Amino acid sequence: MKRGRSKCQSFTPSEGRKKRHRSVAPPYVQTGSSASQKLTEETWGNLPHHVVLHIFQHLSLVDRARASSVCRRWNDVFHIPDLWRKFEFELNQPATSYLRSTHPDLIQQIIKRHAQHLQYVSFKVDSCTESAEAACDILSQLVNCTIKTLGLISTARPSFMDVSQSHFVSALTVVFVNSKSLSSIKIDDTPVDDPSLKVLVANNSDTLKLLKMSSCPHVSPAGILCVADQCHGLRELALNYHLLSDELLLALSSEKHVHLEHLRIDVVSENPGQTQFHTIKKSSWDALIRHSPQVNIVMYFFLYEEEFEPFFREETPVTHLYFGRAVSKDMLGRIGLNCPRLVELVVCANGLEPLDEELIRIAERCKSLTAIGLGECEVTCSGFMEFVKMCGGRLNQLSIMEEVLIPDNTYNIEQIHSEVSKQLGRIWFPDMMPTW
Amino acid sequence: MAPNSIHWFRKGLRLHDNPALQEAIRGADTVRCVYFLDPWFAGSSNLGVNRWRFLLQCLDDLDSNLRKLNSRLFVIRGQPANVFPRLFKEWKISRLTFEYDSEPFGKERDAAIKKLAMEAGVEVIVKISHTLYNLDKIIELNGGQPPLTYKRFQTLISRMDPPEMPVETLSNTIMGCCVTPVSEDHGDKYGVPSLEELGFDIEGLPSAVWPGGETEALTRIERHLERKAWVANFERPRMNANSLLASPTGLSPYLRFGCLSCRLFYFKLTDLYRKVKKTSTPPLSLYGQLLWREFFYTAATTNPRFDKMEGNPICVRIPWDKNPEALAKWAEAKTGFPWIDAIMTQLRQEGWIHHLARHAVACFLTRGDLWISWEEGMKVFEELLLDADWSVNAGSWMWLSCSSFFQQFFHCYCPVGFGRRTDPNGDFIRRYLPILRGFPAKYIYDPWNAPDSVQAAAKCIIGVHYPKPMVNHAEASRLNIERMKQIYQQLSRYRGLGLLASVPSTHNGNGNGMAYSPGEQQSGTNTPAPAVSGGSSGNRSGSILLNFDSEEHQGPSGIQQQQQQQLGYHHMPDTGHNSRLYKCNVSHDMAGPQHSGHLLHTGGSVTGKRERESERELDGEDDTLSTSHKLQRQIAEVTSVHATSGNQSSMKS
Repeated sequence: MKRGRSKCQSFTPSEGRKKRHRSVAPPYVQTGSSASQKLTEETWGNLPHHVVLHIFQHLSLVDRARASSVCRRWNDVFHIPDLWRKFEFELNQPATSYLRSTHPDLIQQIIKRHAQHLQYVSFKVDSCTESAEAACDILSQLVNCTIKTLGLISTARPSFMDVSQSHFVSALTVVFVNSKSLSSIKIDDTPVDDPSLKVLVANNSDTLKLLKMSSCPHVSPAGILCVADQCHGLRELALNYHLLSDELLLALSSEKHVHLEHLRIDVVSENPGQTQFHTIKKSSWDALIRHSPQVNIVMYFFLYEEEFEPFFREETPVTHLYFGRAVSKDMLGRIGLNCPRLVELVVCANGLEPLDEELIRIAERCKSLTAIGLGECEVTCSGFMEFVKMCGGRLNQLSIMEEVLIPDNTYNIEQIHSEVSKQLGRIWFPDMMPTW
Repeated sequence: MAPNSIHWFRKGLRLHDNPALQEAIRGADTVRCVYFLDPWFAGSSNLGVNRWRFLLQCLDDLDSNLRKLNSRLFVIRGQPANVFPRLFKEWKISRLTFEYDSEPFGKERDAAIKKLAMEAGVEVIVKISHTLYNLDKIIELNGGQPPLTYKRFQTLISRMDPPEMPVETLSNTIMGCCVTPVSEDHGDKYGVPSLEELGFDIEGLPSAVWPGGETEALTRIERHLERKAWVANFERPRMNANSLLASPTGLSPYLRFGCLSCRLFYFKLTDLYRKVKKTSTPPLSLYGQLLWREFFYTAATTNPRFDKMEGNPICVRIPWDKNPEALAKWAEAKTGFPWIDAIMTQLRQEGWIHHLARHAVACFLTRGDLWISWEEGMKVFEELLLDADWSVNAGSWMWLSCSSFFQQFFHCYCPVGFGRRTDPNGDFIRRYLPILRGFPAKYIYDPWNAPDSVQAAAKCIIGVHYPKPMVNHAEASRLNIERMKQIYQQLSRYRGLGLLASVPSTHNGNGNGMAYSPGEQQSGTNTPAPAVSGGSSGNRSGSILLNFDSEEHQGPSGIQQQQQQQLGYHHMPDTGHNSRLYKCNVSHDMAGPQHSGHLLHTGGSVTGKRERESERELDGEDDTLSTSHKLQRQIAEVTSVHATSGNQSSMKS
């Protein structure tokens, strides 16, 4: 104890900040000056503030908390606002999650001492409604803050959807109204609605750059159009297909608007055959590409085969395509014809007929294609080789389940492995699953 | 004086290719083969009746084969650690032999027994024969860490000498003058118990589809090879409706219990290949079934937490849902998806399902539909699946749930389409779910879509006689794909509690991929597309495909470090919304350019030290992710202490 104290004192020498003087031990505990000189060299407590801060920035919260109990100086650093700019609230219930929650005391501490420092905030909630409600309760207490990034993440089921809409919306708008400099917002699978988006726009239109709101059923096309019309800095947008309209694309392409960088569209149908999908005019897509030539357009499809009818009838500037369910040969054929900007294609499943022709056409026409993933499909080994040869080295991602490839007279699986590796200039294997 | 030996059977329930057993006999006066019904394996109550029956049949077969050599099997009730000292004394034992067990708990148990034996002056001889290779050698060759991808594993194997030849089958010649003293009351004291004796109700128990025992195993391997020779095709057979059913050439349970030597299988395959193909070097793929098993044994041998998510250094922590009702529906074949339910019924009735069927039900339970922890599925398989081995079972579940081993997760098996592709007519469904027998093929995989008239004609109303589907697969798989992406994005970049760090969509390591909010100060560099998506990688940022390329990355370091490297910069998340969002958070000024820069440059230039550090960091992160209550409380305590610490210290000083 004595040594500790004398150390503490000897650390402070030249800096002599007021704060630190408090920790100076009374004279009687001091040993001879030569001894204390020695101790100075040996100790950590006199690391300059900014060095400790720098180290703390690399530590987890737990480690920081532990380190902060070493000495008062480190403890001072622990509370520096810089260290509280980002925080992830984890809200789980023992009955529904294996993961623990952020401790309520810590949450209270943050709300009390560090709310105004928070800039990057996320909430991860499990499948339980209570967790989502707890997140909303915290949100509504973030009155004095300047949040830039807000993420509401359901880790298992979309539990925010189970919170009463009024509770959710009022909590969210607290942040919208008070932060005024929101830049990135991820609110997928939540009951956000048009009026709350209006509040968002009214308070953050100058700063909003990213909005991710896939599967928000209470938002209408008009609601999202209002965002696009007024948030001219918006560069990334994720939404469901039913919110996508010609007007929206035109709004995003207006002169006042910055270049759009990412547009992600989820195309989902809940009941087979009951959803009628509208089409987007080619002229609207063209306008978007004229305005933002580099934009990534990512489409995730979760449709039944017969629902693909309205898509890719005309040229569509999509860059990334993901088919989560079976997609018809016919549809893949149209992709080869009408998706010249295609970069990545993932087909999780298809019927029983080999996709040779379709893939070869895609290789031929989609000159930017660099990545492809195939799940439950079939391609003959020869057809696949043809595809790989046509694409050549530009295929930097080639993820093909082993079962996809049907050996034929020209190639068996072993040969495919070596031939494809030759074409790509690197070792390549089909994706294997354990034989068990 | 010639020694008296005990050979201790655990796995390796066979007389052929049993090197440890031969060691027991070599120059010995007497040998006794013992099997403990011990709590480590037999005593655990979570094994189903099929597994027990298989084991007892193995023991019966072993006993009857030993009888032919004028010996017997001694089944000993109790725990080895308790009983061995008595046996050593009673039988004047000076040598104990057993097959090497590579699994962590087996190693622990064996170490204790070895110690005990040494104290009793008993020599212990251990031989490897459950695996093709000495697993420690594989690990050594990989720089001290088990390989974490199957490709890497194959590479290592191809650099090793072929496995050792099987040793001769135990015979009267080998026995020589070594005898087994058998008492009059052997049957009473050491006989193989029946299922009833173990407390199972066997009334109405159908006969075993997979009869246990070495004799059966040796018949099967001959049939297996005949069939291979007949089709003269050594590639993995394509799956069809027939392959779903238990086959009289199936070997997996026999390999699991060691009724069949993997080395015997290996060399028989090699011989056959050479004979048929007239070439001398068979491809590794010939041994697929054996090598996968070997791969998981290798991955597990140094990892006692291999069957857990928490604290398992190679397992990605995924926020699985806890949902006992849904789990029970899956386990009891009541999901409402005939394909899943038929497979689970087959598993419960017969103890075996095809490996693609395993993929289907495992995917459905975990990442595909129900989002339930793979550990729960593993436990159900442990109970029901004859060939479920600790290492292979846990490893396969981690694999299939995308919790480890770097697979793509883009593809979820469809619980309707996958079955329909495999068995378009639906005969498999009708066999195991007779209630659905009346449905035409068109609806048998999704009977809930059948018109009422069809349901009425089939005498099966969905929702009454057979459950409605428990999830909307399209919706569930959409959500789950997103969750998975989220997790892998975090893994790639996440540091500390901030989670807020996610996938870099940039290759240009200087941290200015930081995009929006935090990029404020750098808004200059931060404008259009290239800055955001990191130049060359811009076109990748919508990707769902993970780039776990090849060999170079399979260094000796732990998985987290690899995950970090590999996901770190190759894996581009989806449209990057997430990524960008979180990237903001990491890359904001505090994280500092060195930090992100480091990550982005890890490639191969990292020093060992740095690798270890990053592993540790990720370990730490795991801790925080788990935010175990204890830790959290500590934080809270610490922070609250510090809130008042000014006071305290001023008082003290």
